[in-house]
Amino acid sequence: MTTLPANFRASSTAALADPQIRANFRRAMDGLMAKRAALFADPAEWRALRSLGTSIRRRTLANLPDLLERLEQRCRANGIAVHWAETTAEANAAVLSILRAHGATRVVKGKSMVSEEMHLNDFLEEHGVESLESDLGEYIVQLDHETPSHIIMPAIHKNGRQIARLFGEKIRGAQYTEDVDTLTGMARRILRRKFEEADAGLSGVNFAVAETGTLVLIENEGNGRMSTHVPPLHIALMGIEKVVERLEDVPPLLALLCRSATGQTITTYTNLISGPRGPHEKDGPREVHLVILDNGRSRIFLDPELRATLRCIRCGACMNHCPVYTRVGGHAYAAVYPGPIGKILTPQVEGVKARHELPHASSLCGACVEVCPVEIPITEILLRLRREASHREPGSTVLEAGEARDAWEDRIWALWRRVHASPRIYRLVSRLATRLRRLPPPRLGPLRAWTSVRTAPRPAPRSLHELARERGVPDA
Amino acid sequence: MAGIELLRREGLEVVFPQGQTCCGQPAFNSGYSEEARAVARTQLALFPEPWPVVVPSGSCAAMMRRHYPELFAGEPDLAAVEALAGRVHELTEFLAGVLGVKLVDRGQPVRVTWHASCHALRELGIREEPKALLGQLANVELVGLARERECCGFGGTFAVRFPEISAAMVADKAADVAATGASELLSADCGCLLNIAGKLEQAGSAVRPRHLAEFLWERTR
Repeated sequence: MTTLPANFRASSTAALADPQIRANFRRAMDGLMAKRAALFADPAEWRALRSLGTSIRRRTLANLPDLLERLEQRCRANGIAVHWAETTAEANAAVLSILRAHGATRVVKGKSMVSEEMHLNDFLEEHGVESLESDLGEYIVQLDHETPSHIIMPAIHKNGRQIARLFGEKIRGAQYTEDVDTLTGMARRILRRKFEEADAGLSGVNFAVAETGTLVLIENEGNGRMSTHVPPLHIALMGIEKVVERLEDVPPLLALLCRSATGQTITTYTNLISGPRGPHEKDGPREVHLVILDNGRSRIFLDPELRATLRCIRCGACMNHCPVYTRVGGHAYAAVYPGPIGKILTPQVEGVKARHELPHASSLCGACVEVCPVEIPITEILLRLRREASHREPGSTVLEAGEARDAWEDRIWALWRRVHASPRIYRLVSRLATRLRRLPPPRLGPLRAWTSVRTAPRPAPRSLHELARERGVPDA
Repeated sequence: MAGIELLRREGLEVVFPQGQTCCGQPAFNSGYSEEARAVARTQLALFPEPWPVVVPSGSCAAMMRRHYPELFAGEPDLAAVEALAGRVHELTEFLAGVLGVKLVDRGQPVRVTWHASCHALRELGIREEPKALLGQLANVELVGLARERECCGFGGTFAVRFPEISAAMVADKAADVAATGASELLSADCGCLLNIAGKLEQAGSAVRPRHLAEFLWERTR
């Protein structure tokens, strides 16, 4: 496995050089695109469902502070304790204090991207708590001391043989096999025992319903249900944007999420968690806690254009369809959220100076926008962040706005402007280019990068301006 | 010139403002709005009203039609910009959709494949027009390109800022083109063509990359 450096430029270059990464992602993404396309075969239905989903998410965000308060009230009424965390450090501390209050030292986890933001596993380990991922993909990634390379399919960067080798090496007493059922069986046996022994279960949240105080959690393996129902204590983690207003908002969003993410009409398990075990119930956790994390989201919420970032329902379709993600894979982004959504989210959370490369690492092809089930204008936001990185816009709330300005780049665009804002200079330059066309092109800077994999473009013998004149096309 | 010839053959009077330079997209996409506006502003007055403005490249057309109004939001000349944006047409859309041209093929049988540019496809919604034009040519067999809707990796400044990623994308595109067995690759975006042509030539491919307008004009003149 290639170990990738922690910045996009270096790590994407390293990833591109790894044929295994290239092949694994290409195959997986082609498969996911085909599965999704099959379920949205009717364009009219897709448009209708998508516009419904978008309006639900817009309405939610328009009332976000109010809905969060209602969610808290309803959860409390249902017996779910609610904890607010502005930063990931606060969220980690909240989780740890709940665990300590129960003397919990063994935790099983369902899949949660918010917990990845928190680097929760590392934090818990440092504090003497064993935290085991129970989602098969997350389990694989944890076994190999990696991070997820995709928000839905965390181990998608590995193929079957790589997983077989990993299990053979890391699981005690395991015989090497490439048989998928045997491998899954190995993980299941280990996890079953861990579910029984666990003092607490952690999970993410797909949607939290303000009207009813219900936590909606979808999954295909049943580990999410085991993590949230078997241990005596359940702690759920969510970002502030995961709230929706009404229970009836959930089905259309689930339909969009499942189809967009994995090309399924519905997942195998849909968990609706509305509180701890009741007095006459025989199973379920005795306590349920909900940790609600901000981590920069309220800053994004302040800007009416950037707010659309928070509509995201974490389906991953944008990365599945992204020609850049397909080439470099998820780890290259050196961020919790890779792909197009990561390119707009990460710089807003970590700063447009710190992560100035990400918004530029796009050809603006718009494949992500085309498939986004909640119509996030990703390319528009990429452009906005490119602008904000070098030129702070009036009233901007963007973190590190204007701080990534580069004097060299200023000069390049000043020169570009000089040439193109003057038709006379422009015509002179293009005339020169056509007359000097037989000279070898300068192998400098950007042109060198271009010609390393392509032949250099050769100017035509006459510019279009000259041809038009020569052939009697009148000037305006 | 082929685009101009195609329009003139339909009886249109075409003018070519000699003052035109660039739509401003490179600076706009790099976050340098002021520079983009300065250049775009020099273009505004060049195109006499109320004539349609026909642009032979999807990406430039999308910049003028879709992004000019954003670029000039809050500027005093916004109304003029919006009026211009509303008159902008991409060439194939204008030929097929507005003029409804009828083409008679005079060329030899040939197999071609088509690269749909991302901006024409997704920002202007041009899907069928170019293929409809090709469909009128009796001796032209259009072979479908695998992953036809996937970006070729140009992306303007992207190809310069992230040359390795761009190279990986265009290498895959060139391989998909080669796999079609077509002898010509047609497109209606000069950026994509510049990129794919450079790769095809470097790879020693026999496939000839060409702008659709040039192909149409040569076969029907």
